[in-house]
Amino acid sequence: MTDENPQKPFDEAEYRRRQRSRANLMGWILGALALLFFFITMARMVPHS
Amino acid sequence: MAQSLTHGEMSLPADWRDLFALTKPRVMSLVVFTALCGLLAAPGSVHPVLAFSSILAIALGAGASGALNQWYEAGLDAKMKRTAGRPLPAGRLDPQTALHFGVGLAAFSVFLMLFAANWQAALLLTVSILFYVFVYTMWLKPRTPQNIVIGGAAGAFPPLIGWVAATGGVAPLPVLLFLLIFLWTPPHFWALALFVRSDYAAAGIPMMPVVAGESSTRRQILFYALIMAAAAIAPWPLGYTGALYGWTAVLLSALFVLLSIQVGTRRTGEDDRMQPEKRLFAYSIAYLFILFGAVVADHWWPL
Repeated sequence: MTDENPQKPFDEAEYRRRQRSRANLMGWILGALALLFFFITMARMVPHS
Repeated sequence: MAQSLTHGEMSLPADWRDLFALTKPRVMSLVVFTALCGLLAAPGSVHPVLAFSSILAIALGAGASGALNQWYEAGLDAKMKRTAGRPLPAGRLDPQTALHFGVGLAAFSVFLMLFAANWQAALLLTVSILFYVFVYTMWLKPRTPQNIVIGGAAGAFPPLIGWVAATGGVAPLPVLLFLLIFLWTPPHFWALALFVRSDYAAAGIPMMPVVAGESSTRRQILFYALIMAAAAIAPWPLGYTGALYGWTAVLLSALFVLLSIQVGTRRTGEDDRMQPEKRLFAYSIAYLFILFGAVVADHWWPL
């Protein structure tokens, strides 16, 4: 399979761009999860009728 | 096993779009919708945050199953036109990243369900993920044409999990909804398999049209459509739903059976465009969406 995908020269700019976009996304996801877990904790503390 | 597809010694970090594609988002939409309907049709009320978190857990579990399925089938996907452009066979993602992503997502989804709902729902979610990955993907799919008949159980879990997340227990209605999706899966997938038959044959997957032939598959589509229609209507005479759901199920199932008769009784020539099969496949998706919508509508506004 590897033979069928000729290797492209390593593109450092693309590497940095993907790294940054992944780091940004991880930041947003972790922030959203922290909020979600906070709200779940609150919801479980308050009895819901 | 997934084939080794690498980018060379210095691999690029995976693009998030490829990780997203790994979760089979289109399949996930049906999973989320049926799970939501199961949750909303359950008696009592659930705190909106807990309801949202439970549905999110089910969506993530389905995404994890899709990712692990694509990781395992990367080699097969490369042989089929329909799937060759997926991130793994196209070489945009390395198998190890896909495996770690799938396992991590699966573990997180179960943890989230446990935290937001109850252990019963978390257990069912675990069983559904393990069933899809080990029983369907690894065991049944490459071995038997009955793969999607038994494997259909994996896709039938979401409404049951939604209901259990809301109530903590199982009841007859979600079991009937489970049965409905279970019986809906064969005609849905075999209609697709009829018009992408050559793809499955090329990959060596023993789908029903490849192993048993077209006419046998057509007869079985009709057979399953008939028992599926009976299962779809059953909640009404059994008293678990009202007339709103009942009439919707009768009308929609009658049309499903009619389209299946069209598919089940015809023979195809050389350059057949498979229009009735494509129509049945498209309708089967709409059928499930509308029917599950009717379960919720019937619960909220009984006639």
